[in-house]
Amino acid sequence: MRITTTVNGQQRVVDDVWEGESLLYVLRERMGLPGSKNACEQGECGSCTVYLDGVTACACLVAGGQAEGREVVTVEALADADGLHPVQEAFLECGAVQCGFCTPGLLVQTHDLLARTGRPSDPEIREALAGNLCRCTGYEKILDAVRLASERMASR
Amino acid sequence: MKPFRYARPGGVAEAVRSGAEQPGSRFLAGGTNLVDLMKLGVERPDLVVDVGGLGLDEIVVDSGGGLRIGANVRNSDLAVHPAVRRELPMLSQALLSGASGQLRNQATAAGNLLQRTRCVYFQDVSKPCNKREPGSGCPARQGDHRNLAVLGGSAACIATHPSDFAVALAAADAEVAVTGPAGERTLRLDELYLLPGEHPERETSLAPGDLITAIVVPPLPFGTTSAYRKVRDRASYAFAVASVAAAIDVTDGVVRDVRIALGAVAPKPWRAHRAEDALRGLEPTASAFRAAVEAELSVAEPLPDNAFKLPLTANVVVSVLSDLTGASR
Repeated sequence: MRITTTVNGQQRVVDDVWEGESLLYVLRERMGLPGSKNACEQGECGSCTVYLDGVTACACLVAGGQAEGREVVTVEALADADGLHPVQEAFLECGAVQCGFCTPGLLVQTHDLLARTGRPSDPEIREALAGNLCRCTGYEKILDAVRLASERMASR
Repeated sequence: MKPFRYARPGGVAEAVRSGAEQPGSRFLAGGTNLVDLMKLGVERPDLVVDVGGLGLDEIVVDSGGGLRIGANVRNSDLAVHPAVRRELPMLSQALLSGASGQLRNQATAAGNLLQRTRCVYFQDVSKPCNKREPGSGCPARQGDHRNLAVLGGSAACIATHPSDFAVALAAADAEVAVTGPAGERTLRLDELYLLPGEHPERETSLAPGDLITAIVVPPLPFGTTSAYRKVRDRASYAFAVASVAAAIDVTDGVVRDVRIALGAVAPKPWRAHRAEDALRGLEPTASAFRAAVEAELSVAEPLPDNAFKLPLTANVVVSVLSDLTGASR
């Protein structure tokens, strides 16, 4: 089937998509956007988090056909010509990245949290990121990064 | 994943027709508990009917405070709707206690009701499961049953219903509006959900082609005094090991009316009618709450590793009702 979507602001048309393919597969394997990661394939780990029509979603659980006509924003769009997004900078500075596999999903979910909640409390951060699993960091550095990004973004 | 045909109907009637004409079809809405099960091979539909484009995504509040929730309303949108938070806080709390932010953003109201059990044997196609493969057997009684049912189960199946939202809806006397091949009808939740008996593969009274179009919640004047409390193995993003939805009306010092539903203890949201009947007319005290819930749980059939759910559930009921009424524990 043919899928027409808007991805990171550009209309993309992809042919011969199998209905059982996930949006994640379409992004990674057909559109050259491998930032979103393929880990659990069950919606449990959050590594594939993208924006779908303005809210975050696990791209692994969106069937190809469901993506038709939708608007997708991936981790690739967080940085712009001026450089990394403050959330990305904070993750780097705080050492919130070890193997890096969960990082793209955490970046998108944190981006969404800080867009909706300027200065989230620690419980709000934990709840917002509950669906993003990290096997390396123990989360402390990730929480540091979210707090740092939130401080910087709120003071701008 | 098994290959399937994919249909994107233009309206409810077409969706119903498509669903009815193909045995083994599935309606696809948010996808958060169909796509995953298709990947596991637990769900193997020949036809997937995508109802995501049908609208059915409005929340209508009537003048009495009742709600009509479109089937495709997203869990996250419903949870923060001002009328839901005001009139029935237990609904909002139940929704927010389920899944993760990403999943709540996609999961729909009707899909939440029709999600499948998380029993480990059901989800593992290498194991027997009477629900997935009728007649294949059930290893749970001798095996991993810590999270499984203590009420309403059968020799064939003790799987629990995983929804939080459905527990709060059961306490609120909600109904589902269904459009099927024979027309429209409404079903109370206790008519929608079936206990397993000898046929755990039949979970609901919905027939092929029956599409839930809305959830109808009647006005509940004391719904403002309601709460949902969920006990789980970690603070967020886990299924309940016990949960309670309750609403209570105390007038002139006695319980005039009360609604209690229990989650994670049965194959369906368990409305605690026996406990409710025991409480009406009594003073709202912790000891009255405990006696009422113990009456409800007296018919339970626990197994060695899930017997803890009985005192846990009783404690949560006492705690929720005490908090709602200000009774000292």
